[in-house]
Amino acid sequence: MEPKHLRSLTTTTGRNWLGLASLAAGILAWWAAARFGGLPAFILPSPIQVWMRFVRALTDGSLFLHAGVTLFEILIGLLVGALSATVLGYLVAKSRTLERVLSPYLVASQAVPLVAIAPLLVIWFGPGMFSKVLICALIVFFPVLVNTVVGVRAVPTALHNLMLSLRATPRQILLKLEIPAALPVFLGGLRIGATLSVIGAVIGEFVGADKGLGFLINVGRGQFDTALVFVAVFTLIALALVLYGIVALAERRFLVWQDTN
Amino acid sequence: MSAAPFLTVRELSAVFPDKNGGLRALDEVSFEVYPREFVCVLGPSGSGKSTILRILAGLLAPTAGEVIFSAGPQPKIGMVFQEANLMPWRSVIKNLTLPLELAGLETEAAREKAGDMMDLVGLDGFEEYWPRDLSGGMAQRVAIARALIHDPDLLLLDEPFGSLDALTRERMWTELSHIWQAKQKTVLMVTHSISEALFLADRVLVLTQRPGKVKLDLEVELPRPRKEEIRYTPQFGRLARKLKKAIG
Ligand SMILES: Nc1ncnc2c1ncn2[C@@H]1O[C@H](COP(=O)(O)OP(=O)(O)O)[C@@H](O)[C@H]1O
Ligand SMILES: [Mg+2]
Repeated sequence: MEPKHLRSLTTTTGRNWLGLASLAAGILAWWAAARFGGLPAFILPSPIQVWMRFVRALTDGSLFLHAGVTLFEILIGLLVGALSATVLGYLVAKSRTLERVLSPYLVASQAVPLVAIAPLLVIWFGPGMFSKVLICALIVFFPVLVNTVVGVRAVPTALHNLMLSLRATPRQILLKLEIPAALPVFLGGLRIGATLSVIGAVIGEFVGADKGLGFLINVGRGQFDTALVFVAVFTLIALALVLYGIVALAERRFLVWQDTN
Repeated sequence: MSAAPFLTVRELSAVFPDKNGGLRALDEVSFEVYPREFVCVLGPSGSGKSTILRILAGLLAPTAGEVIFSAGPQPKIGMVFQEANLMPWRSVIKNLTLPLELAGLETEAAREKAGDMMDLVGLDGFEEYWPRDLSGGMAQRVAIARALIHDPDLLLLDEPFGSLDALTRERMWTELSHIWQAKQKTVLMVTHSISEALFLADRVLVLTQRPGKVKLDLEVELPRPRKEEIRYTPQFGRLARKLKKAIG
Protein backbone atom coordinates (compact mmCIF):
# COMPACT_ATOMS: atom_id res chain seq x y z
CA MET A 1 0.00 0.00 0.00
CA GLU A 2 2.82 2.30 0.89
CA PRO A 3 5.10 3.65 -1.84
CA LYS A 4 7.99 4.20 0.55
CA HIS A 5 10.51 5.00 -2.16
CA LEU A 6 8.20 7.71 -3.48
CA ARG A 7 7.86 9.33 -0.09
CA SER A 8 11.57 9.44 0.54
CA LEU A 9 11.97 10.85 -2.97
CA THR A 10 9.60 13.73 -2.28
CA THR A 11 10.92 14.51 1.17
CA THR A 12 14.49 14.79 0.03
CA THR A 13 13.93 16.96 -3.05
CA GLY A 14 13.81 20.09 -0.88
CA ARG A 15 17.53 19.88 -0.26
CA ASN A 16 18.40 17.93 -3.35
CA TRP A 17 20.68 20.05 -5.51
CA LEU A 18 21.23 17.23 -7.93
CA GLY A 19 17.48 17.04 -8.48
CA LEU A 20 17.23 20.78 -9.08
CA ALA A 21 20.13 20.65 -11.52
CA SER A 22 18.49 17.77 -13.36
CA LEU A 23 15.24 19.75 -13.58
CA ALA A 24 17.09 22.76 -14.99
CA ALA A 25 18.84 20.51 -17.51
CA GLY A 26 15.45 19.14 -18.58
CA ILE A 27 14.07 22.62 -19.20
CA LEU A 28 17.22 23.53 -21.09
CA ALA A 29 16.83 20.45 -23.28
CA TRP A 30 13.21 21.39 -23.93
CA TRP A 31 14.28 24.91 -24.87
CA ALA A 32 16.98 23.54 -27.22
CA ALA A 33 14.51 21.15 -28.85
CA ALA A 34 12.03 23.99 -29.46
CA ARG A 35 14.73 26.40 -30.62
CA PHE A 36 16.72 24.09 -32.91
CA GLY A 37 14.28 21.25 -33.60
CA GLY A 38 12.58 23.10 -36.41
CA LEU A 39 9.13 22.38 -34.95
CA PRO A 40 6.39 25.02 -35.21
CA ALA A 41 5.21 26.58 -31.93
CA PHE A 42 1.80 24.87 -32.14
CA ILE A 43 3.60 21.53 -31.92
CA LEU A 44 6.24 22.41 -29.35
CA PRO A 45 6.28 25.88 -27.82
CA SER A 46 9.51 26.89 -26.07
CA PRO A 47 9.69 27.37 -22.30
CA ILE A 48 9.80 31.13 -22.87
CA GLN A 49 6.63 31.13 -24.95
CA VAL A 50 4.91 29.04 -22.31
CA TRP A 51 6.08 31.41 -19.60
CA MET A 52 4.72 34.41 -21.52
CA ARG A 53 1.41 32.66 -22.12
CA PHE A 54 1.34 31.90 -18.41
CA VAL A 55 1.83 35.55 -17.49
CA ARG A 56 -0.90 36.59 -19.94
CA ALA A 57 -3.37 34.01 -18.58
CA LEU A 58 -2.52 35.18 -15.11
CA THR A 59 -3.04 38.89 -15.81
CA ASP A 60 -6.27 38.53 -17.74
CA GLY A 61 -7.68 36.46 -14.88
CA SER A 62 -8.57 33.42 -16.98
CA LEU A 63 -6.07 31.15 -15.22
CA PHE A 64 -7.46 31.98 -11.80
CA LEU A 65 -11.00 31.40 -12.97
CA HIS A 66 -10.36 28.03 -14.55
CA ALA A 67 -7.88 26.78 -11.95
CA GLY A 68 -10.32 27.91 -9.25
CA VAL A 69 -13.18 25.94 -10.78
CA THR A 70 -11.05 22.82 -11.13
CA LEU A 71 -9.68 23.17 -7.61
CA PHE A 72 -13.20 23.56 -6.26
CA GLU A 73 -14.34 20.41 -8.05
CA ILE A 74 -11.31 18.53 -6.76
CA LEU A 75 -11.73 19.62 -3.16
CA ILE A 76 -15.45 18.92 -2.96
CA GLY A 77 -15.03 15.63 -4.82
CA LEU A 78 -12.16 14.62 -2.58
CA LEU A 79 -14.11 15.54 0.54
CA VAL A 80 -17.28 13.73 -0.47
CA GLY A 81 -15.46 10.70 -1.89
CA ALA A 82 -13.03 10.30 0.99
CA LEU A 83 -15.67 10.87 3.65
CA SER A 84 -18.16 8.38 2.27
CA ALA A 85 -15.39 5.86 1.58
CA THR A 86 -14.14 6.20 5.16
CA VAL A 87 -17.55 5.63 6.69
CA LEU A 88 -18.42 2.75 4.37
CA GLY A 89 -14.93 1.28 4.70
CA TYR A 90 -15.24 1.27 8.48
CA LEU A 91 -18.59 -0.50 8.31
CA VAL A 92 -17.29 -3.04 5.78
CA ALA A 93 -14.25 -3.71 7.97
CA LYS A 94 -16.53 -4.39 10.92
CA SER A 95 -19.13 -6.53 9.19
CA ARG A 96 -18.35 -9.56 7.04
CA THR A 97 -22.01 -9.65 6.02
CA LEU A 98 -21.89 -6.11 4.67
CA GLU A 99 -18.67 -6.97 2.90
CA ARG A 100 -20.32 -9.94 1.17
CA VAL A 101 -23.34 -7.85 0.19
CA LEU A 102 -21.25 -5.02 -1.23
CA SER A 103 -18.30 -6.86 -2.72
CA PRO A 104 -19.83 -7.52 -6.18
CA TYR A 105 -20.50 -3.79 -6.55
CA LEU A 106 -17.09 -2.84 -5.23
CA VAL A 107 -15.29 -5.23 -7.55
CA ALA A 108 -17.44 -4.20 -10.52
CA SER A 109 -16.97 -0.51 -9.80
CA GLN A 110 -13.25 -1.11 -9.90
CA ALA A 111 -13.50 -2.92 -13.24
CA VAL A 112 -15.47 -0.08 -14.87
CA PRO A 113 -13.06 2.42 -16.38
CA LEU A 114 -14.24 5.77 -15.13
CA VAL A 115 -13.18 7.43 -18.36
CA ALA A 116 -15.74 5.30 -20.16
CA ILE A 117 -18.69 6.21 -17.97
CA ALA A 118 -17.76 9.88 -17.55
CA PRO A 119 -19.81 10.85 -20.66
CA LEU A 120 -22.79 9.07 -19.15
CA LEU A 121 -22.46 11.02 -15.93
CA VAL A 122 -22.25 14.28 -17.85
CA ILE A 123 -25.39 13.31 -19.82
CA TRP A 124 -27.25 12.52 -16.63
CA PHE A 125 -26.03 15.33 -14.42
CA GLY A 126 -25.29 18.06 -16.94
CA PRO A 127 -22.09 19.82 -17.97
CA GLY A 128 -21.90 21.86 -14.75
CA MET A 129 -19.69 21.29 -11.75
CA PHE A 130 -21.85 18.59 -10.25
CA SER A 131 -20.87 15.88 -12.72
CA LYS A 132 -17.17 16.69 -12.20
CA VAL A 133 -17.48 16.57 -8.44
CA LEU A 134 -19.17 13.22 -8.84
CA ILE A 135 -16.42 11.82 -11.07
CA CYS A 136 -13.81 13.08 -8.62
CA ALA A 137 -15.61 11.51 -5.70
CA LEU A 138 -15.94 8.19 -7.52
CA ILE A 139 -12.28 8.02 -8.46
CA VAL A 140 -11.19 8.89 -4.92
CA PHE A 141 -13.64 6.47 -3.37
CA PHE A 142 -11.99 3.14 -4.03
CA PRO A 143 -8.43 3.63 -2.81
CA VAL A 144 -9.67 5.32 0.35
CA LEU A 145 -12.23 2.57 0.93
CA VAL A 146 -9.72 -0.24 0.46
CA ASN A 147 -7.16 1.38 2.72
CA THR A 148 -9.75 2.10 5.39
CA VAL A 149 -10.82 -1.55 5.37
CA VAL A 150 -7.23 -2.78 5.47
CA GLY A 151 -6.31 -0.27 8.18
CA VAL A 152 -9.25 -1.06 10.45
CA ARG A 153 -8.87 -4.82 9.94
CA ALA A 154 -5.21 -4.57 10.93
CA VAL A 155 -6.00 -3.17 14.38
CA PRO A 156 -4.20 -5.69 16.65
CA THR A 157 -6.55 -8.07 18.46
CA ALA A 158 -4.28 -7.86 21.48
CA LEU A 159 -4.88 -4.12 21.80
CA HIS A 160 -8.58 -4.70 21.31
CA ASN A 161 -8.54 -7.19 24.18
CA LEU A 162 -6.60 -4.74 26.28
CA MET A 163 -9.26 -2.09 25.73
CA LEU A 164 -12.03 -4.56 26.55
CA SER A 165 -10.29 -5.70 29.73
CA LEU A 166 -10.25 -2.03 30.77
CA ARG A 167 -13.99 -1.80 30.06
CA ALA A 168 -13.56 0.71 27.24
CA THR A 169 -16.78 1.87 25.58
CA PRO A 170 -17.29 1.36 21.82
CA ARG A 171 -16.73 5.08 21.39
CA GLN A 172 -13.42 4.94 23.27
CA ILE A 173 -12.36 1.95 21.20
CA LEU A 174 -13.10 3.91 18.03
CA LEU A 175 -11.36 7.11 19.11
CA LYS A 176 -8.43 5.78 21.08
CA LEU A 177 -7.69 2.55 19.25
CA GLU A 178 -9.19 2.10 15.82
CA ILE A 179 -8.64 5.58 14.40
CA PRO A 180 -5.01 5.97 15.48
CA ALA A 181 -4.19 2.37 14.55
CA ALA A 182 -5.72 2.67 11.08
CA LEU A 183 -4.36 6.15 10.39
CA PRO A 184 -1.09 5.24 8.63
CA VAL A 185 -2.74 3.00 6.06
CA PHE A 186 -5.70 5.36 5.75
CA LEU A 187 -3.48 8.35 4.98
CA GLY A 188 -1.67 6.24 2.39
CA GLY A 189 -5.02 5.75 0.64
CA LEU A 190 -5.85 9.43 0.94
CA ARG A 191 -2.54 10.33 -0.67
CA ILE A 192 -3.34 8.16 -3.67
CA GLY A 193 -6.89 9.55 -3.72
CA ALA A 194 -5.66 13.15 -3.69
CA THR A 195 -3.61 12.57 -6.82
CA LEU A 196 -6.40 10.68 -8.54
CA SER A 197 -8.94 13.40 -7.81
CA VAL A 198 -7.07 15.77 -10.12
CA ILE A 199 -7.36 13.20 -12.91
CA GLY A 200 -11.07 12.80 -12.14
CA ALA A 201 -11.79 16.50 -12.50
CA VAL A 202 -9.93 16.74 -15.80
CA ILE A 203 -11.69 13.69 -17.24
CA GLY A 204 -15.02 15.30 -16.43
CA GLU A 205 -14.03 18.58 -17.96
CA PHE A 206 -12.77 16.91 -21.13
CA VAL A 207 -16.18 15.33 -21.68
CA GLY A 208 -18.11 18.53 -21.43
CA ALA A 209 -17.55 21.78 -19.58
CA ASP A 210 -17.30 25.49 -20.13
CA LYS A 211 -14.86 26.14 -17.29
CA GLY A 212 -11.87 24.49 -15.69
CA LEU A 213 -8.34 23.54 -16.64
CA GLY A 214 -9.55 20.55 -18.67
CA PHE A 215 -11.74 22.94 -20.63
CA LEU A 216 -8.76 25.25 -21.08
CA ILE A 217 -6.74 22.38 -22.56
CA ASN A 218 -9.54 21.72 -25.04
CA VAL A 219 -9.66 25.41 -25.97
CA GLY A 220 -5.90 25.58 -26.42
CA ARG A 221 -5.94 22.54 -28.65
CA GLY A 222 -8.81 23.87 -30.76
CA GLN A 223 -7.12 27.23 -31.29
CA PHE A 224 -3.64 25.75 -31.88
CA ASP A 225 -2.64 27.67 -28.74
CA THR A 226 -0.35 24.88 -27.56
CA ALA A 227 1.41 27.16 -25.08
CA LEU A 228 -1.95 27.46 -23.27
CA VAL A 229 -2.20 23.66 -23.12
CA PHE A 230 1.21 23.61 -21.47
CA VAL A 231 0.16 26.28 -18.99
CA ALA A 232 -2.94 24.28 -18.04
CA VAL A 233 -0.96 21.06 -17.72
CA PHE A 234 1.65 22.66 -15.49
CA THR A 235 -1.07 24.19 -13.34
CA LEU A 236 -2.64 20.76 -12.93
CA ILE A 237 0.73 19.32 -11.93
CA ALA A 238 1.11 22.09 -9.37
CA LEU A 239 -2.37 21.39 -7.95
CA ALA A 240 -1.65 17.67 -7.69
CA LEU A 241 1.69 18.31 -5.98
CA VAL A 242 0.14 20.69 -3.46
CA LEU A 243 -2.60 18.20 -2.56
CA TYR A 244 -0.09 15.39 -2.30
CA GLY A 245 2.11 17.61 -0.16
CA ILE A 246 -0.74 18.44 2.22
CA VAL A 247 -1.40 14.76 2.85
CA ALA A 248 2.33 14.10 3.19
CA LEU A 249 2.51 16.89 5.77
CA ALA A 250 -0.41 15.41 7.65
CA GLU A 251 1.43 12.10 7.67
CA ARG A 252 4.53 13.69 9.06
CA ARG A 253 2.51 15.52 11.68
CA PHE A 254 0.37 12.58 12.83
CA LEU A 255 2.72 9.67 12.34
CA VAL A 256 5.79 10.91 14.20
CA TRP A 257 5.59 7.83 16.35
CA GLN A 258 6.40 5.58 13.42
CA ASP A 259 9.82 4.11 12.91
CA THR A 260 11.21 6.25 10.14
CA ASN A 261 14.21 4.24 9.03
CA MET B 1 -5.79 -18.12 54.28
CA SER B 2 -8.61 -15.82 55.33
CA ALA B 3 -12.08 -17.26 55.30
CA ALA B 4 -13.94 -15.60 52.42
CA PRO B 5 -12.50 -16.16 48.95
CA PHE B 6 -12.04 -13.14 46.72
CA LEU B 7 -12.79 -15.22 43.67
CA THR B 8 -14.58 -18.53 43.29
CA VAL B 9 -14.40 -20.43 40.01
CA ARG B 10 -16.90 -23.25 39.89
CA GLU B 11 -16.94 -26.05 37.33
CA LEU B 12 -15.84 -23.83 34.54
CA SER B 13 -15.95 -25.38 31.07
CA ALA B 14 -15.03 -23.83 27.75
CA VAL B 15 -15.75 -25.41 24.39
CA PHE B 16 -14.62 -23.73 21.17
CA PRO B 17 -16.67 -24.59 18.09
CA ASP B 18 -14.80 -26.63 15.48
CA LYS B 19 -15.51 -29.20 12.76
CA ASN B 20 -15.64 -32.27 14.98
CA GLY B 21 -18.19 -31.25 17.54
CA GLY B 22 -16.26 -28.65 19.49
CA LEU B 23 -12.81 -28.34 21.04
CA ARG B 24 -12.98 -28.72 24.81
CA ALA B 25 -10.39 -26.37 26.29
CA LEU B 26 -11.49 -26.42 29.94
CA ASP B 27 -13.31 -29.20 31.71
CA GLU B 28 -15.02 -28.32 35.00
CA VAL B 29 -12.21 -26.29 36.48
CA SER B 30 -12.81 -25.22 40.06
CA PHE B 31 -10.61 -23.22 42.40
CA GLU B 32 -10.63 -20.32 44.79
CA VAL B 33 -8.42 -17.30 45.20
CA TYR B 34 -8.25 -15.42 48.49
CA PRO B 35 -7.78 -11.67 48.97
CA ARG B 36 -4.18 -10.51 48.37
CA GLU B 37 -3.14 -13.99 47.36
CA PHE B 38 -0.63 -14.58 44.57
CA VAL B 39 -1.69 -17.66 42.63
CA CYS B 40 0.21 -19.14 39.71
CA VAL B 41 -1.33 -21.41 37.08
CA LEU B 42 1.00 -23.96 35.52
CA GLY B 43 0.19 -26.40 32.77
CA PRO B 44 1.24 -27.72 29.38
CA SER B 45 0.61 -25.48 26.43
CA GLY B 46 -2.97 -25.75 25.21
CA SER B 47 -4.30 -26.71 28.63
CA GLY B 48 -6.54 -23.64 28.72
CA LYS B 49 -4.53 -21.31 30.96
CA SER B 50 -5.10 -18.25 28.79
CA THR B 51 -8.73 -19.24 28.37
CA ILE B 52 -9.22 -19.06 32.15
CA LEU B 53 -7.76 -15.55 32.25
CA ARG B 54 -9.83 -14.42 29.31
CA ILE B 55 -12.99 -15.64 31.01
CA LEU B 56 -12.05 -13.89 34.25
CA ALA B 57 -11.33 -10.67 32.36
CA GLY B 58 -14.74 -10.82 30.74
CA LEU B 59 -13.29 -11.23 27.23
CA LEU B 60 -14.90 -14.63 26.76
CA ALA B 61 -18.11 -16.22 28.04
CA PRO B 62 -17.69 -19.70 29.53
CA THR B 63 -19.68 -22.59 28.05
CA ALA B 64 -20.66 -23.76 31.53
CA GLY B 65 -19.87 -23.03 35.14
CA GLU B 66 -19.59 -19.78 37.01
CA VAL B 67 -17.21 -17.15 38.23
CA ILE B 68 -18.08 -15.39 41.47
CA PHE B 69 -16.31 -12.27 42.68
CA SER B 70 -17.01 -11.37 46.27
CA ALA B 71 -16.42 -7.69 45.43
CA GLY B 72 -19.36 -7.50 43.02
CA PRO B 73 -20.28 -8.63 39.53
CA GLN B 74 -17.30 -7.19 37.65
CA PRO B 75 -14.17 -6.14 39.51
CA LYS B 76 -11.65 -3.70 38.12
CA ILE B 77 -9.03 -5.67 36.26
CA GLY B 78 -5.43 -5.07 35.34
CA MET B 79 -4.10 -7.40 32.69
CA VAL B 80 -0.62 -8.09 31.34
CA PHE B 81 -0.02 -10.33 28.34
CA GLN B 82 3.05 -12.06 26.97
CA GLU B 83 3.69 -9.07 24.74
CA ALA B 84 3.71 -5.59 26.26
CA ASN B 85 0.93 -4.46 23.89
CA LEU B 86 1.74 -0.79 24.16
CA MET B 87 0.05 1.56 21.73
CA PRO B 88 2.87 2.65 19.41
CA TRP B 89 1.24 6.05 18.79
CA ARG B 90 1.26 6.95 22.48
CA SER B 91 4.26 8.04 24.49
CA VAL B 92 5.25 5.91 27.47
CA ILE B 93 3.43 8.14 29.94
CA LYS B 94 0.32 8.23 27.74
CA ASN B 95 0.36 4.43 27.58
CA LEU B 96 0.70 4.28 31.32
CA THR B 97 -2.27 6.56 31.98
CA LEU B 98 -4.58 4.93 29.41
CA PRO B 99 -6.67 3.13 32.08
CA LEU B 100 -7.20 6.41 33.94
CA GLU B 101 -8.15 8.16 30.71
CA LEU B 102 -10.71 5.47 29.90
CA ALA B 103 -12.20 5.78 33.37
CA GLY B 104 -12.39 9.57 33.02
CA LEU B 105 -9.88 10.11 35.84
CA GLU B 106 -7.33 12.51 34.37
CA THR B 107 -6.83 14.61 37.45
CA GLU B 108 -3.75 16.22 38.94
CA ALA B 109 -3.70 13.41 41.52
CA ALA B 110 -3.74 10.91 38.69
CA ARG B 111 -0.74 12.55 37.05
CA GLU B 112 1.14 12.41 40.34
CA LYS B 113 0.26 8.76 40.66
CA ALA B 114 1.59 8.13 37.17
CA GLY B 115 4.88 9.70 38.28
CA ASP B 116 5.03 7.41 41.32
CA MET B 117 4.27 4.46 39.09
CA MET B 118 7.13 5.32 36.73
CA ASP B 119 9.38 5.35 39.79
CA LEU B 120 8.04 2.06 41.07
CA VAL B 121 8.89 0.23 37.84
CA GLY B 122 12.18 2.09 37.46
CA LEU B 123 11.30 4.07 34.34
CA ASP B 124 11.73 7.56 35.69
CA GLY B 125 12.85 9.84 32.86
CA PHE B 126 11.37 7.77 30.05
CA GLU B 127 7.94 9.47 30.12
CA GLU B 128 8.13 11.03 26.67
CA TYR B 129 9.76 8.09 24.88
CA TRP B 130 7.95 6.27 22.08
CA PRO B 131 7.36 2.56 22.70
CA ARG B 132 9.56 1.76 19.69
CA ASP B 133 12.54 3.11 21.63
CA LEU B 134 12.10 0.80 24.64
CA SER B 135 13.77 -2.57 25.21
CA GLY B 136 11.54 -5.62 25.74
CA GLY B 137 12.05 -5.49 29.50
CA MET B 138 11.26 -1.79 29.73
CA ALA B 139 8.13 -2.18 27.62
CA GLN B 140 6.96 -5.00 29.83
CA ARG B 141 7.53 -2.87 32.93
CA VAL B 142 5.34 -0.17 31.38
CA ALA B 143 2.70 -2.83 30.76
CA ILE B 144 2.84 -3.92 34.41
CA ALA B 145 2.63 -0.33 35.62
CA ARG B 146 -0.32 0.25 33.28
CA ALA B 147 -2.08 -2.78 34.75
CA LEU B 148 -1.71 -1.33 38.24
CA ILE B 149 -2.36 2.37 37.76
CA HIS B 150 -6.13 2.32 38.06
CA ASP B 151 -5.84 0.37 41.32
CA PRO B 152 -7.48 -2.83 40.04
CA ASP B 153 -9.03 -5.40 42.35
CA LEU B 154 -7.48 -8.27 40.43
CA LEU B 155 -4.26 -8.55 38.46
CA LEU B 156 -4.28 -11.10 35.62
CA LEU B 157 -0.87 -11.94 34.18
CA ASP B 158 -0.58 -14.22 31.15
CA GLU B 159 3.04 -15.37 30.84
CA PRO B 160 4.11 -11.76 31.26
CA PHE B 161 7.83 -12.55 31.15
CA GLY B 162 7.70 -15.20 28.46
CA SER B 163 9.26 -12.99 25.81
CA LEU B 164 12.15 -11.76 27.97
CA ASP B 165 15.66 -13.13 28.25
CA ALA B 166 16.53 -15.14 31.36
CA LEU B 167 18.42 -12.38 33.16
CA THR B 168 15.76 -9.73 32.64
CA ARG B 169 13.10 -12.22 33.60
CA GLU B 170 14.67 -12.93 36.96
CA ARG B 171 15.05 -9.24 37.68
CA MET B 172 11.38 -8.81 36.87
CA TRP B 173 10.44 -11.51 39.40
CA THR B 174 12.03 -9.51 42.17
CA GLU B 175 10.38 -6.32 40.96
CA LEU B 176 7.00 -7.93 40.66
CA SER B 177 7.13 -9.39 44.17
CA HIS B 178 8.11 -5.95 45.50
CA ILE B 179 5.20 -4.35 43.70
CA TRP B 180 2.84 -7.05 44.88
CA GLN B 181 3.94 -6.56 48.46
CA ALA B 182 3.70 -2.78 48.21
CA LYS B 183 0.30 -2.77 46.53
CA GLN B 184 -1.35 -5.72 48.26
CA LYS B 185 -3.08 -7.00 45.14
CA THR B 186 -4.76 -10.28 44.37
CA VAL B 187 -2.84 -11.84 41.50
CA LEU B 188 -3.53 -14.71 39.15
CA MET B 189 -0.56 -15.41 36.94
CA VAL B 190 -0.10 -17.94 34.16
CA THR B 191 3.39 -19.28 33.63
CA HIS B 192 5.12 -22.33 32.31
CA SER B 193 8.17 -21.93 34.50
CA ILE B 194 8.25 -23.91 37.75
CA SER B 195 10.91 -21.63 39.25
CA GLU B 196 8.89 -18.56 38.38
CA ALA B 197 5.81 -20.03 40.07
CA LEU B 198 7.70 -21.01 43.20
CA PHE B 199 9.54 -17.72 43.39
CA LEU B 200 6.36 -15.65 43.25
CA ALA B 201 3.30 -17.60 44.32
CA ASP B 202 1.52 -18.36 47.55
CA ARG B 203 -0.20 -21.21 45.78
CA VAL B 204 0.26 -23.02 42.47
CA LEU B 205 -2.48 -24.64 40.42
CA VAL B 206 -1.41 -27.28 37.90
CA LEU B 207 -3.68 -27.99 34.95
CA THR B 208 -3.80 -31.27 33.02
CA GLN B 209 -3.37 -31.70 29.28
CA ARG B 210 -6.33 -30.51 27.24
CA PRO B 211 -9.07 -30.43 28.31
CA GLY B 212 -7.67 -28.56 31.32
CA LYS B 213 -8.65 -29.73 34.79
CA VAL B 214 -7.05 -28.79 38.08
CA LYS B 215 -4.62 -31.61 38.81
CA LEU B 216 -2.79 -30.17 41.78
CA ASP B 217 -3.36 -27.26 44.16
CA LEU B 218 -0.10 -26.68 46.01
CA GLU B 219 0.61 -24.27 48.87
CA VAL B 220 4.04 -22.69 48.54
CA GLU B 221 5.23 -22.34 52.10
CA LEU B 222 8.47 -20.58 51.41
CA PRO B 223 9.42 -17.58 53.56
CA ARG B 224 9.21 -14.08 52.09
CA PRO B 225 10.86 -11.98 50.88
CA ARG B 226 12.29 -14.62 48.58
CA LYS B 227 15.76 -14.13 47.20
CA GLU B 228 17.62 -15.78 44.34
CA GLU B 229 19.28 -18.23 46.74
CA ILE B 230 15.96 -19.72 47.76
CA ARG B 231 16.16 -21.84 44.66
CA TYR B 232 19.02 -23.83 46.15
CA THR B 233 17.16 -24.77 49.37
CA PRO B 234 15.85 -28.32 49.88
CA GLN B 235 12.31 -26.97 50.44
CA PHE B 236 12.30 -25.35 47.03
CA GLY B 237 13.67 -28.50 45.45
CA ARG B 238 10.96 -30.63 47.05
CA LEU B 239 8.16 -28.34 45.80
CA ALA B 240 9.72 -28.14 42.35
CA ARG B 241 9.82 -31.94 42.11
CA LYS B 242 6.16 -32.15 43.13
CA LEU B 243 5.15 -29.68 40.44
CA LYS B 244 7.33 -31.35 37.86
CA LYS B 245 5.69 -34.70 38.61
CA ALA B 246 2.20 -33.18 38.34
CA ILE B 247 2.95 -31.58 35.00
CA GLY B 248 4.27 -34.94 33.79
N1 LIG C 1 -10.69 -18.39 20.14
C1 LIG C 1 -10.42 -19.71 20.04
N2 LIG C 1 -11.02 -20.45 19.09
C2 LIG C 1 -10.74 -21.77 18.99
N3 LIG C 1 -9.91 -22.44 19.78
C3 LIG C 1 -9.28 -21.76 20.75
C4 LIG C 1 -9.49 -20.35 20.93
N4 LIG C 1 -8.74 -19.93 21.96
C5 LIG C 1 -8.08 -21.03 22.42
N5 LIG C 1 -8.41 -22.12 21.70
C6 LIG C 1 -7.91 -23.49 21.93
O1 LIG C 1 -8.16 -23.84 23.27
C7 LIG C 1 -7.06 -24.54 23.82
C8 LIG C 1 -6.54 -23.82 25.04
O2 LIG C 1 -5.98 -22.60 24.64
P1 LIG C 1 -5.23 -21.61 25.65
O3 LIG C 1 -6.14 -21.26 26.74
O4 LIG C 1 -4.68 -20.51 24.85
O5 LIG C 1 -4.06 -22.55 26.18
P2 LIG C 1 -2.75 -22.17 27.00
O6 LIG C 1 -2.80 -20.72 27.32
O7 LIG C 1 -2.79 -23.05 28.21
O8 LIG C 1 -1.60 -22.54 26.14
C9 LIG C 1 -6.02 -24.65 22.72
O9 LIG C 1 -6.13 -25.92 22.13
C10 LIG C 1 -6.42 -23.58 21.75
O10 LIG C 1 -6.07 -23.96 20.44
MG1 LIG D 1 -1.55 -19.11 26.72
